[in-house]
Amino acid sequence: MKVRYAKETFAEWQRQFEAAPKRSDGVSATTVSGAEIEPLYTSASPADGPEELPGEFPYTRGIHAAGYRGRLWTMRQFAGFATAAETNRRYNYLLENGQTGLSVAFDMPTLMGQDSDAPTSRGEIGHCGVAIDSLDDMETLFRGIPLAQVSTSMTINSPAAVLLCMYLAVAEKQGASMKQLNGTLQNDILKEFIAQKEFIFPPEPSMRLVVDSIEYCAKEVPRWNTVSISGYHIREAGSTAAQELAFTLADGFAYVDACLERGLKIDDFAPRLAYFFDAHIDFFEEIAKFRAARRIWARHLRDRYGAQDERSLKLRFHTQTAGVSLTAQQPELNVARTAIEALSAVLGGTQSLHTNAMDEVLGLPTDKSARIALRTQQMLAFESGVANTVDPLGGSYFVEALTDRMEAEAEAYFERIDAYGGVIPAIEAGFMQKEIADAAFRHQQELETRQRLIVGVNEFTAGNEEDEIEILRIPPRLEQEQVERVREVRRRRDQARAAKAVTELRKAAASPSENLMPYILDAVRAYCTEGEIMGAMVDVFGLYTEKAVI
Amino acid sequence: MSEVAAAGAQVEEPARPVRIVLAKVGLDGHDRGVKVVARALRDAGFEIIYTGLRQTPQMVVEAALQEDAQVIGLSLHSGAHMTLFPAVVEELRRRRAEDIVVFGGGIVPEDDIVELKKQGVAEIFTPGAPLQSIIDWLRNRFPAR
Amino acid sequence: MPERNLLAEFKAGNIRGLARAISLVEQRDPSVRHLLEGLANGARRPRVLGFTGAPGTGKSTLVDALVSNLRESELRVAVLAVDPNSPYSGGAILGDRIRMQRHALDPGVYIRSMGARGHLGGLSVATREAVRLLGAFGFDEVILETVGVGQSELEVAAIADTTLVVLTPGLGDGVQMIKAGIMEIADVFVVNKADLPGAQKTMQEIRSMLSMGPKLSWRAPIVGASAIKGEGVDEVLAAVERHRAHLEASGEAAERAEARLKDEAADLVAEWARAQARRLLDQDEAVAGRLRRDRIPYAAAEEILTRAGGRLVPEAART
Repeated sequence: MKVRYAKETFAEWQRQFEAAPKRSDGVSATTVSGAEIEPLYTSASPADGPEELPGEFPYTRGIHAAGYRGRLWTMRQFAGFATAAETNRRYNYLLENGQTGLSVAFDMPTLMGQDSDAPTSRGEIGHCGVAIDSLDDMETLFRGIPLAQVSTSMTINSPAAVLLCMYLAVAEKQGASMKQLNGTLQNDILKEFIAQKEFIFPPEPSMRLVVDSIEYCAKEVPRWNTVSISGYHIREAGSTAAQELAFTLADGFAYVDACLERGLKIDDFAPRLAYFFDAHIDFFEEIAKFRAARRIWARHLRDRYGAQDERSLKLRFHTQTAGVSLTAQQPELNVARTAIEALSAVLGGTQSLHTNAMDEVLGLPTDKSARIALRTQQMLAFESGVANTVDPLGGSYFVEALTDRMEAEAEAYFERIDAYGGVIPAIEAGFMQKEIADAAFRHQQELETRQRLIVGVNEFTAGNEEDEIEILRIPPRLEQEQVERVREVRRRRDQARAAKAVTELRKAAASPSENLMPYILDAVRAYCTEGEIMGAMVDVFGLYTEKAVI
Repeated sequence: MSEVAAAGAQVEEPARPVRIVLAKVGLDGHDRGVKVVARALRDAGFEIIYTGLRQTPQMVVEAALQEDAQVIGLSLHSGAHMTLFPAVVEELRRRRAEDIVVFGGGIVPEDDIVELKKQGVAEIFTPGAPLQSIIDWLRNRFPAR
Repeated sequence: MPERNLLAEFKAGNIRGLARAISLVEQRDPSVRHLLEGLANGARRPRVLGFTGAPGTGKSTLVDALVSNLRESELRVAVLAVDPNSPYSGGAILGDRIRMQRHALDPGVYIRSMGARGHLGGLSVATREAVRLLGAFGFDEVILETVGVGQSELEVAAIADTTLVVLTPGLGDGVQMIKAGIMEIADVFVVNKADLPGAQKTMQEIRSMLSMGPKLSWRAPIVGASAIKGEGVDEVLAAVERHRAHLEASGEAAERAEARLKDEAADLVAEWARAQARRLLDQDEAVAGRLRRDRIPYAAAEEILTRAGGRLVPEAART
């Protein structure tokens, strides 16, 4: 029940507030994205209306009626480095320590669709994730891990279809049915053009591949989350919270539109679209962002796309704490930052969570820092008590008001994107890229002028000299070993079969009505390398160069 | 020449601006940092030639030579700095253009910074470095004539 | 690179020699005269194509495709990407190279970004001298690219043999172009992104605008292209060749060349005179005193010209 303040009481508060001394440190009281914050929120602030309940449309308060009382979030630490064998060891370590899902980080050559022995792979192999060149590496990566029983998330975009096929082929060899497989493919090419810039093909054929994988999975791998529509990278590129929310959901709608255009039925694919957001340091703004996302998605899916299945309306999301908020100065402080950010994700109702390791700003996490990151989630889940009630912040004047504002700001952006003719024309015009670059520059200037403080960076720097932190390094010999491995795979395989698979794929790519998934799967089974498979498609689709938006 | 005359001469012959080629080397596409730096350096009066993503050391050096740049700024977040930064310095040497100053930015551990400086990289700025520190460093290396 | 090596480097075909010489031209360093007069082919002029159009019309992509075609004919090509915007404290961000990546390592291609910073009287003097340097260095074709947002495209047209105006469908460019008076400078119209809806309409608009203009001996053709797909690029070059043939046949090429040289000479005189005027105004108490007394500049200006007399040539340019 809402308590309403009498007018005189509020006026009295206002008098007292204005009479009270104010801080003179010059530090801004706006959110990290620059939104003005009222000194007080009351029951008059959020829109009046019937009370919302968790598990009910529009799901502002969560997609499950029981929240975390029903089921905790999945603790899913993103991991991958060096070779498949090394990463396989880390996965077993994390599973033994109570992690409940796997999440694969690939290295840059893999993300860019090229093999380890390509000239431009030099110095990049195994640094940002695990190097996967062919089915052979994928088999090693999941050795001893029954794919029918775990859920696996794969962070890959331009070559997503290829890596998914490798995963399916490993499962096939393990004797698992595709129908049993659980997992998530990032497969979100639009945010690559907007923010992360790991694109290969132009937007049009890129979208075709995404829709191909959605269409294929809807039939063959029904429990697989086909796209993880990602705001994370948009935010990390410097966007505000509202931009992250707006651009990500706009991308989501663009995928829906593309699938409908292909002739798919909304309720056949929408339940398998998932989201992935950033949890930044501005605690309440982040919570509001998560809540607004659910509300916007539900409303658009129901009212604009006519979805009937409730599962289509429920926005499920994974969260990662903000990599950009970590500081190289006094890196141990990052443990505290990550805890605050993780808490916002939990209070925002996330379905799964990755907590960053404190040393990720310096290099790859060590076993110890990776364990501390996982333990942070376990503390939230089991010590803090925040999982004890559903949506503990629902009805908070402040949070509800921020949620409403997030929603309104996102809707305003949707209109601006529509004015360009949709997401792809807006990308080509550099609209989102410019908005993000502006926000990033503004933020940096606020730090320079100390309107915003970051502990250890532009204030409270005593102790910065003491930084001594162990860093995981990739031995150079691993790079050479990986190069030799892919060459060995190319030597060993059935050459005629491999060549035929690539030719078939190239032919299919040139025919826009073909779904490419079965062709890619065949090529993968024939031990064609990732570079060969992507190369065949580059032959047909061409490469994309972006226009610089600074 | 009197001070007045010197000022007059400046009007007619603008001092050579410092031209800087800013490039993303390596495969990663994280261009937030390089874009923020580009804007800040522009506002500080430098002439920036931005070459975009995924530049090889050969491409970066060729651009610097063609553009008559005095400085090359490299941005990289993929961890390949120990391979690619020295490769740019080496390529400059090969092209007999060692006078072009190379600096870098990105996630580079302290030990690597020491090693890179030994190999001829003039300076490395890590995440969190104030923009002003980059501007000051450049102005110090290239005092206005 | 030490300045004294400039001539040797330039003659040896070292790209750094060229790049530095263009910087000197941008700074309006009078000593460039000696470089150009010291070269056997200092007067060799390349063929110059001017490209202009609104932002987002795909000029750079089109130029990139054109460079590829010209390279197939083994012509050496230079691109001067001129950015007329020089905001904030003289700094600039020049990003046109990005669209020409595939020529980055081709020794037969030279790409140079030019800001407008510090160019008195616009870009034309510096650009013209840069073109001269490129010709002397051995480039056959020079492409001048600039965004059509103000004065710069007119300057480009004055330097180029053939000026191409790039438009795209659906952006209302047609209307903007007439307003900006840009129709008059076009020798060839390129409707880029011709695969987009509205391309035919845009071409029709240009055609009807041209038909309203005066009857000229050269009627600018309208070519559809999709630079990103590499379509229509051959046709663009064919139109350029036709225009070149027309210039030769009509005698206009020789007329334009002479007019350009006259412009160049007049601009140099103005530049040199201005420099000497400044010097006298700042250093010569008699001139400054006269100005203070008169409070009207004519007599002082006359006195400057009379007194400077034969000494208008800057010291660094004297022989």
